[in-house]
Amino acid sequence: MIRNSASEMAVKLSNGEVTSVELTQAHLDQISAVDGAVHAFLFVDTEGALAQAAAVDAKRKNGEKLSPLAGVPLALKDVMAQKGIPTTCGSKILEGWRPPYDSTVVANLKKNDIIILGKTNMDEFAMGSSTENSAYGPTHNPWDLTRIPGGSGGGSSASLAAFEAPLAIGTDTGGSIRQPAAVTGTVGVKPTYGGVSRYGLVAFSSSLDQAGPCARTVLDAALLHEVIAGHDPKDSTSINAPVPAVVAAAKAGNVKGMKIGVVKELNGDGYQKGVRNRFEESLELLAAAGAEIVEVSAPNFEYALAAYYLIAPSECSSNLARFDAMRYGLRVGDLDGASAESVMNLTREVGFGREVKRRIILGTYALSSGYYDAYYGSAQKVRTLITQDFNKAFEVADVLVSPTCPTTAFKIGEKANDPLAMYLNDIATIPVNMAGIGGMSLPSGLADEDGLPVGFQIMSPVMKDDRMYSVGAALEAALLSKWGAPLLSKIPTLAGSK
Amino acid sequence: MNLTYDDVVAKYEPVLGLEVHVELNTESKMFCGCSTVFGAEPNTQTCPVCLALPGALPTVNEKAIESTIKIGLALNCSIAPFSRFARKNYFYPDMPKNFQISQYDEPICVNGFVDVEIETDEGPKVFRIEVERVHMEEDTGKSLHVGGATGRIHGAEYSLLDYNRAGIPLVEIVTKIVPGTGKYAPEVARAYVAELRDILRSLGVSDVKMEQGSLRCDANVSLRLIGAETLGTRSETKNVNSLRSVERAIRGEMIRHAELLNKGERVVQETRHFQEDTGLTRSGRSKEQAEDYRYFPEPDLVPVAPDAAWVEELRAALPERPSIHRKRLQEAWAVPDKEMSAMINADVLDVVEATVALGADPAKARGWWLGEISRIANEKDVMIKDLTISASDVAEIVALVNAGELTDKLARQVVEGVIAGEGKPAAVIAGRGIKVVNDDSALMAAIERACAAQPETAQKVRDGHVPAAGALIGAIMKDTKGQADAARVRELLLGHLGQATN
Repeated sequence: MIRNSASEMAVKLSNGEVTSVELTQAHLDQISAVDGAVHAFLFVDTEGALAQAAAVDAKRKNGEKLSPLAGVPLALKDVMAQKGIPTTCGSKILEGWRPPYDSTVVANLKKNDIIILGKTNMDEFAMGSSTENSAYGPTHNPWDLTRIPGGSGGGSSASLAAFEAPLAIGTDTGGSIRQPAAVTGTVGVKPTYGGVSRYGLVAFSSSLDQAGPCARTVLDAALLHEVIAGHDPKDSTSINAPVPAVVAAAKAGNVKGMKIGVVKELNGDGYQKGVRNRFEESLELLAAAGAEIVEVSAPNFEYALAAYYLIAPSECSSNLARFDAMRYGLRVGDLDGASAESVMNLTREVGFGREVKRRIILGTYALSSGYYDAYYGSAQKVRTLITQDFNKAFEVADVLVSPTCPTTAFKIGEKANDPLAMYLNDIATIPVNMAGIGGMSLPSGLADEDGLPVGFQIMSPVMKDDRMYSVGAALEAALLSKWGAPLLSKIPTLAGSK
Repeated sequence: MNLTYDDVVAKYEPVLGLEVHVELNTESKMFCGCSTVFGAEPNTQTCPVCLALPGALPTVNEKAIESTIKIGLALNCSIAPFSRFARKNYFYPDMPKNFQISQYDEPICVNGFVDVEIETDEGPKVFRIEVERVHMEEDTGKSLHVGGATGRIHGAEYSLLDYNRAGIPLVEIVTKIVPGTGKYAPEVARAYVAELRDILRSLGVSDVKMEQGSLRCDANVSLRLIGAETLGTRSETKNVNSLRSVERAIRGEMIRHAELLNKGERVVQETRHFQEDTGLTRSGRSKEQAEDYRYFPEPDLVPVAPDAAWVEELRAALPERPSIHRKRLQEAWAVPDKEMSAMINADVLDVVEATVALGADPAKARGWWLGEISRIANEKDVMIKDLTISASDVAEIVALVNAGELTDKLARQVVEGVIAGEGKPAAVIAGRGIKVVNDDSALMAAIERACAAQPETAQKVRDGHVPAAGALIGAIMKDTKGQADAARVRELLLGHLGQATN
């Protein structure tokens, strides 16, 4: 049962084949069985989840009209505030903090009766591509426990691949939903910036952060997308427009007559051979399904990574200033006679990990007077150029595509001491955040040389998120008929797994 | 140390720069829905946003934007079609986010001016104060440092934080440098702050209470030798909590700077705190090493782009400038300067205007508010506006006197009754049984009784000795319990005794 898709579970729930309590319990059992090895979760809310499930079952029994995913369990990235539930962002500095409020995403999940199983592991404050930067230890990739599950949302993607949850929430600042999806053989979507409220998403880089759905199928992602998206007056940057018809697009999966643009700069050198092979195959399948494949160029993408590593750290240096031991979280050195300043300093010294400190220092420097124009100012100009590249490309193509990342999952520890190599993982995902458009990653098969999952990225214009669901669903269907079973059916069975 | 102010201005020219912070009187905070009411229990007016809980986001208070645009328009500024909020980054425990949302290089209002008129040796003179910018920002929380001698953070045993004030909307009004005021610098600065206060009050956008901190002035002062081009080093004096203090602080700083310069020492660029008791300033934070606030555009807020038509609507609805309004009233009412100042100082100008608008004669209206009503307010030690008497009450009383239904003396009793809470004038008159006796036959009866009682006096009057009538009038007034109109009594009495009445 736990290997079903969320939409299959939803059908069984509404048929009465299974109750939400049974379904939730089955996932909690799977978590008990495998999470010791995977470490996808930082907190499992057994009681809360079962109570919520019982409430949904009662509503269903009373004949209340329920939303499509009512009663289906979900894993929540630990960067989302949930009332009364520990929210650490993978950092020591927030250890023990329980938010007194729900993020808008959580409020929407609860309103739709989706069961929140617990909080998933992540790189500290979403800074990283491997989940190795979590203060609470790394998450392991269920395809190969010695490898990383991607990051920052490695906990969410691993929970899907390990059948601990059929749905998850991620957040994506430079690829933190899509890259983990790619390396775990799951689906991850970064909606258009402003499509999903950021209220209650603990900010890393405000102008880039975006929450989105993670799932095992394109349709499941679309169903979850509709639940969490929409205008929120509590977030000024939230777009006040109807949510694109993503579920309809995912159900139809029609690419006939669509123009699909292959971004020249996001392929070739630096991309693993197996990654390129799966990408070419997927293009052929899409062409066979009736799409027209065209090549587009985005010359400014080569500066995206450099600009990203100025903008994101700059905003993070300011966003993370609030962690000062005054009002919540960790407090270190509060001894008799200690000044507020020394408590702040000690707490931040002890509470933040290396990567977070590295970025705070980078950002503080980039915003300093005398350096602002050269760094932050120039990076913003690059951002404009990248947006212009996308606009031009979207004049000739309805969506753009590329491999999600240059390689398959690497070994835990392999790049831990080489930040630049780590940053390169996000080279194909970062431009999407810089331009605020939508991006999806779905599995395109296993690389020949290592047998690990490869991701296929689809990018769609602002508030045209439905297009990537059309293309994603079409490709997913073509791959399924080619393979005969979903990619995740090939995942090695974890010890103790149900 | 014995430099006089005259010595200072004989040698140096002061250059001013004034920054005024105004707390807006919006019901909710700048970036969240929390209440802004002053004086609530500490930390009861807070929420995830103004406490900067992880994940919380600001949203802009539209009313605050409207108020700021009104201020900009009233100060003759251009309203930027596009402006942005920026983060000003620095660590301080009373600032929850450890950055303040403010405006930096793209403020909402720019390039305005305020004209102020002051009395000079050559008569009244107008000085133009140019306004560089008007921008929006949020206030910080309040720290209370306990223990230690000074109430400052250094030496304190512990500190308490109250975040009720964190996020209250503030507007900062910054002047360009103000040269050319010479020896009148302190008075010009005072007049400017007073004019701003009046304008803000007339706009209804702030309580403008300097003593409560809803209007705060930072005064920048520097000196240069008369005729010199380059500006001297400035000091910035904070904590200036009254109009009088503005004047005193600037005068004091001018003397302090001059003393340093005369000794060949240099003025340190620093923040200084004004001390109300001594009138002197003491050194605060040195600004020699300028703090780097790492400003950058606030990514959590979209730019402010006010609709041009809306700005024009606000412009059209602006009230008359208080100084112009006052001049117009003074001319219309033909009031001498001294009386006008008295009304302004007693803060009764608005209520007098309202009373006149309800039909009362300006002189009468002014007389009541500045006279009897002021006297009662003084006696009770309350503000005139806190008394229960209104403009319409006074207008009604004036009308009754004009109609002869009340005498001045009786009218005072009615005023007293209204203030004592006995109701509207009609209710007081009915309740106290106040009635002017103007029934001639009743008066004639009293006159005859008086003449019969004092035949000799009556005869004197008949013989042409008119002053003798006073004794008879007194008796008649007593007979009618003071409710008769004395003028009418006199008229009837003299007629009765065959004398002309004019």
